[in-house]
Amino acid sequence: MVHTSANGAPTRITQGAPTQGGIGESTLRPDGTLKVTGEFAYASDMWHEDMLWGQILRSTVAHAEIVSIDTSEALATPGVYAVLTYDDLPTEVRTYGLEIQDTPVLAHGRVRHHGEPVAVVAADHPETARRAAARIKVEYRDLPVITDEASATAPDAVLLHENRTDPHAAHVPHPNIVHRQPIIRGDVEQARGRADVIVEGEYVFGMQDQAFLGPESGLAVPAEDGGVDLYIATQWLHADLRQIAPVLGLPEDKIRMTLSGVGGAFGGREDLSMQIHACLLALRTGKPVKMVYNRFESFFGHVHRHPAKLYYEHGATHDGKLTHVKARIVLDGGAYASSSPAVVGNAASLGVGPYIVDDVDIEAVALYTNNPPCGAMRGFGAVQACFAYEAQMDKLAGRLGMDPVEFRRLNAMSQGSLMPTGQVVDSPAPVAELLRRVKAMPLPPEQQWLVAGEDADLRQLPGGLSNTTHGEGVVRGIGYAVGIKNVGFSEGFDDYSTARVRLEAVGGEPVATVHTAMAEVGQGGVTVHAQIARTELGVAQVTIRPADTQVGSAGSTSASRQTYVTGGAVKHACELVREQVLDRGRRMFGAHHPAWATAELLLEGGKVVTDGGEVLADLVDVLGDEAVEIEQEWRHRPTEPFDLRTGQGVGHVQYSFAAHRAVVEVDTDLGLVKVIELACAQDVGKALNPLSVTGQIQGGTTQGLGVAVMEEIIVDPKTAKVRNPSFTDYLIPTILDTPTIPVDVLELADDHAPYGLRGVGEAPTLSSTPAVLAAIRNATGLELNRTPVRPEHLTGA
Amino acid sequence: MDFLRPASWEEALAAKAEHPTAVPIAGGTDVMVEINFDHRRPEYLLDLTRVGDLYEWETGEDSVRLGASVPYTRIMENLRTELPGLALASHTVASPQIRNRGGVGGNLGTASPAGDAHPALLAAGAEVEAESVRGSRRIPIDAFYTGVKRNALAPDELIRAVHIDKADGPQQFSKVGTRNAMVIAVCAFGLALHPGTRTVRTGIGSAAPTPIRATAAEEFLNAALDEERLWDSGRSITPSVARQFAQLCSAACNPVDDVRGTARYRRHAVGVMARRTLMWTWESYRGNARTMEGAA
Amino acid sequence: MRVNFTVNGRPQQADDVWEGESLLYVLRERLGLPGSKNACEQGECGSCTVRLDGVPVCSCLVAAGQAEGSEIVTVEGLAEYARQRACGTGGCDTSAECGTSGDEARRWSAHGTDSATGEGTELAPIQQAFIDAGAVQCGFCTPGLLVAADEMLERNPNPTDADIREALSGNLCRCTGYEKIMDAVRLAAARQGEGA
Repeated sequence: MVHTSANGAPTRITQGAPTQGGIGESTLRPDGTLKVTGEFAYASDMWHEDMLWGQILRSTVAHAEIVSIDTSEALATPGVYAVLTYDDLPTEVRTYGLEIQDTPVLAHGRVRHHGEPVAVVAADHPETARRAAARIKVEYRDLPVITDEASATAPDAVLLHENRTDPHAAHVPHPNIVHRQPIIRGDVEQARGRADVIVEGEYVFGMQDQAFLGPESGLAVPAEDGGVDLYIATQWLHADLRQIAPVLGLPEDKIRMTLSGVGGAFGGREDLSMQIHACLLALRTGKPVKMVYNRFESFFGHVHRHPAKLYYEHGATHDGKLTHVKARIVLDGGAYASSSPAVVGNAASLGVGPYIVDDVDIEAVALYTNNPPCGAMRGFGAVQACFAYEAQMDKLAGRLGMDPVEFRRLNAMSQGSLMPTGQVVDSPAPVAELLRRVKAMPLPPEQQWLVAGEDADLRQLPGGLSNTTHGEGVVRGIGYAVGIKNVGFSEGFDDYSTARVRLEAVGGEPVATVHTAMAEVGQGGVTVHAQIARTELGVAQVTIRPADTQVGSAGSTSASRQTYVTGGAVKHACELVREQVLDRGRRMFGAHHPAWATAELLLEGGKVVTDGGEVLADLVDVLGDEAVEIEQEWRHRPTEPFDLRTGQGVGHVQYSFAAHRAVVEVDTDLGLVKVIELACAQDVGKALNPLSVTGQIQGGTTQGLGVAVMEEIIVDPKTAKVRNPSFTDYLIPTILDTPTIPVDVLELADDHAPYGLRGVGEAPTLSSTPAVLAAIRNATGLELNRTPVRPEHLTGA
Repeated sequence: MDFLRPASWEEALAAKAEHPTAVPIAGGTDVMVEINFDHRRPEYLLDLTRVGDLYEWETGEDSVRLGASVPYTRIMENLRTELPGLALASHTVASPQIRNRGGVGGNLGTASPAGDAHPALLAAGAEVEAESVRGSRRIPIDAFYTGVKRNALAPDELIRAVHIDKADGPQQFSKVGTRNAMVIAVCAFGLALHPGTRTVRTGIGSAAPTPIRATAAEEFLNAALDEERLWDSGRSITPSVARQFAQLCSAACNPVDDVRGTARYRRHAVGVMARRTLMWTWESYRGNARTMEGAA
Repeated sequence: MRVNFTVNGRPQQADDVWEGESLLYVLRERLGLPGSKNACEQGECGSCTVRLDGVPVCSCLVAAGQAEGSEIVTVEGLAEYARQRACGTGGCDTSAECGTSGDEARRWSAHGTDSATGEGTELAPIQQAFIDAGAVQCGFCTPGLLVAADEMLERNPNPTDADIREALSGNLCRCTGYEKIMDAVRLAAARQGEGA
């Protein structure tokens, strides 16, 4: 018996009035009650009679040959059911990967990063499994560690992956470079001659972690047919399945995956973690196997945001027009490719920002190193670039003596502008307007810590309750930034979603059922799907089926794409269902009323109505005993790859824009920062659920704040080992670190997208970080070319 | 692993005598992290939860006897007048949930240089009441910290209480971290004015292998206050004296570079905190408890 | 070892508990009460917050044996706890039922509803406010935040924003940016004020 009762059962949503709860309303989450009562079943909550616990043994070094592995003592431990190493893998397919299949399921003869899985154990108690894992003897012979561009591309550098056959191998300048993407437009050398002012900068972006709260977890249950049922927290069920099946040697239909509750993702669940390990142990032992990472392991269990070094040169004329941008962006992909190639494409193609620049020369590369593997995280390559180009824009404005907002507005792109890839931005791009709006918001009052007649309210001061200042040394600063992010999968990827929609009469009421494989990771996709079904089918009751692999792929919950693409698929399937229902109605009732043949017909309030509002039939009468059900794939406009030499190409589906104004107070003596307010203006095309939209913007903004002032995975440059894999030393913002976040939502429809909507989730993560940095520069006068900023950077100590 | 659950202090001492490797656990805020993360597998856990008097405190004529397990929440709520430095330090401990469980005994037992109570205990001049079946003794706080995460306790001893003189003058505590809450100290500083003895005491956390006092800084300041008769006159401390005091506090540090901060920054920050807390306490002593915004 | 304590008003017993097991583990894996969450297991995130003899604590840092004989309230019992508080001390039937065996507890599942949405479930005011204000996204921080926020409102019915932030500073959320959590607590406080 598996506990899927909470979110494993169909979810029914009932609203009061039949026409309510459609798109544009702030309907409440269908899973809200379960989540506030503790009944929502997250992956780590799964429980099965007689289940075992899986435990991974991970490498303690970053780069080494494995001389030997001795599992005998672990196997002899009472309560241990299986210990598996590379040699126990059942088929010849022993690697996996999102884009390049270069990641070993278990290490084979060599480990390439700290924390790489070497062996897995199944035992009857997690402590037994841990003790057994500790008894596995692994002998390592150290190899030199590659930690940066110089060591990766040295002529005698050890190759992370020999004999590469992936699609990028042929065009990269060195085998330790995963992918290289130039973007060349116009003539930068010539344009430089027109520049009155040129600024250069070298920027460093630290390694950020998604730090989702629900640790990687899953439960694999062996099935009687030789297959396996996997309950898992992921971002993309079908991509997991595609990678799992060949390693297990099972056809995909024998691996039945069900999405269990997902405690946040932010890109960190796009790659596999313990999926294959749990299945292997379950199939080997014949028993259900549960795996749950603790926080320490979670830091090794998923990819991180690429740390980056960015070299920028910007030029402008005296009157403030950008002449050219030349940039080189070096992303550290770590030991395995993950989604590095796509991150490179984003960093390069979005590397200029939302500005009109005719002459551009950008090169972006991702390295293979022995650092932790990096891949998807909210903002995906656009974040690192935005931090650098926005710092450059402030620097240029300063040199020109212009207001930084006015300077940006002067160069802002708009609908019809050309990207440096040659792509025309063919939907609204209200960059200047967003900047205007965010600047026009009222500023928060000064010195809010002052309380008449009392001691300073420490909670409002830098340092907070730690009592470091009562106002001494505190200086306010204000900064602005704006960013551009692509929505959906780019560069020619066949990015589609599937939706199955069923409409039937149940107990005298029309009920719609929506079934997709979309991973609900907290973003509220399930809320939006129900809203779409209500709007399109005119019903009050919508059942959202649990996401699983019994329906076609919904693509990834990433790239700000789910409302657009899976929402689009739900809308499309609803339209097809509606057509069938209306056809049936015409056959059944057409003879009774001429409007069936002549009028535009809609489904509203459980009835078939004409566009004039005349009721033709009750939906339940049309439906009778026979449900209408349709499963269909839906695609957005196709894109094309960027040219490998020039980067030209219609590479992106849609662009989204957000602007931030940060107000900070800095204790300039101690280098402590209190962000007072982070105001955001964002164009969302159409807010399908305004409450969810502002929630996304505020959440994304806060993750950007985190990497501005505290969040960084620190990797020892000598050993490539992670030094702070815990919530004690990898700090994310608390509620006392997070300011008020006023949000101004603009809705300028993109005519190419369903309902005119624009993907929301990522854009606010881009501009938040550079806005905070700009505010700190404004307060301190320091240059600050790296993020996160630490106290020692602000005090010169 | 065995779980020992003494019902009384005597039983706890007996258990510790019988199993000197037993790890005492009260609030659990250190020990359980180590167990959860597989950093530690003690042979015995000695649960002190049922030893009621560890959760009590007595306020005497001159001093407070603070049970080792009195949660920080109780200290900050109830002992703000008697033990202002420790109450301030208690308020900076982690989160409300942690403050509801953790107590000074845990900080002392772990003896991490980052423990928040240490600078306040050093500045106040506390004494640790340690006991074993062999008897009870009081260890002056200055002699308590013997090395990195090491203390003066014998293997069979348990911490029963801490004796701290009631404040006879203003006390302050300040702590630097990179967040505005849930902060583990990058470094911390405690300062207590003792008008009764006309002395100043300090405590520094996370800036040396053990919690330390800045004795040279104390001596300098004691002499300067004496020389200029400031204890009597109640005049302001001159900026140059404050600066010198801050420099000497920085110089007392022997910090390391780690993921939480650099050694240089720690020295610098201790100096800033020393100067600020000196100004806050001294202005308060002068009976001029106005807020100090802009004073530095 | 065996441990006994009361959870959400019901006596509970767990056997064969490993001495290093946390209260959190016993609640989640032995008593079928997975509402308290396992996000960090080092006291840094607050997602495992329960009330232990009335006091909010991180259950990941309480050794199970330390909870022997204690009264524990988890998110699963929050609605009932709030209901009884609203009734006033002793004013209502405390529905003292016999204990649930470990086996029964493991079979525990959603109850009191006719569908999996939890419709019809009686909620504490703070729970309803979290739903209404949009304070729930992935929801993993939610149980701990609810227990902490409910306890704060019990002590401080009219909190300032700074009071709310201080009281919830031990509860990390990664999704919301906390703004809607602030809204939810303000909403619950306001509703509580109206109801009083």
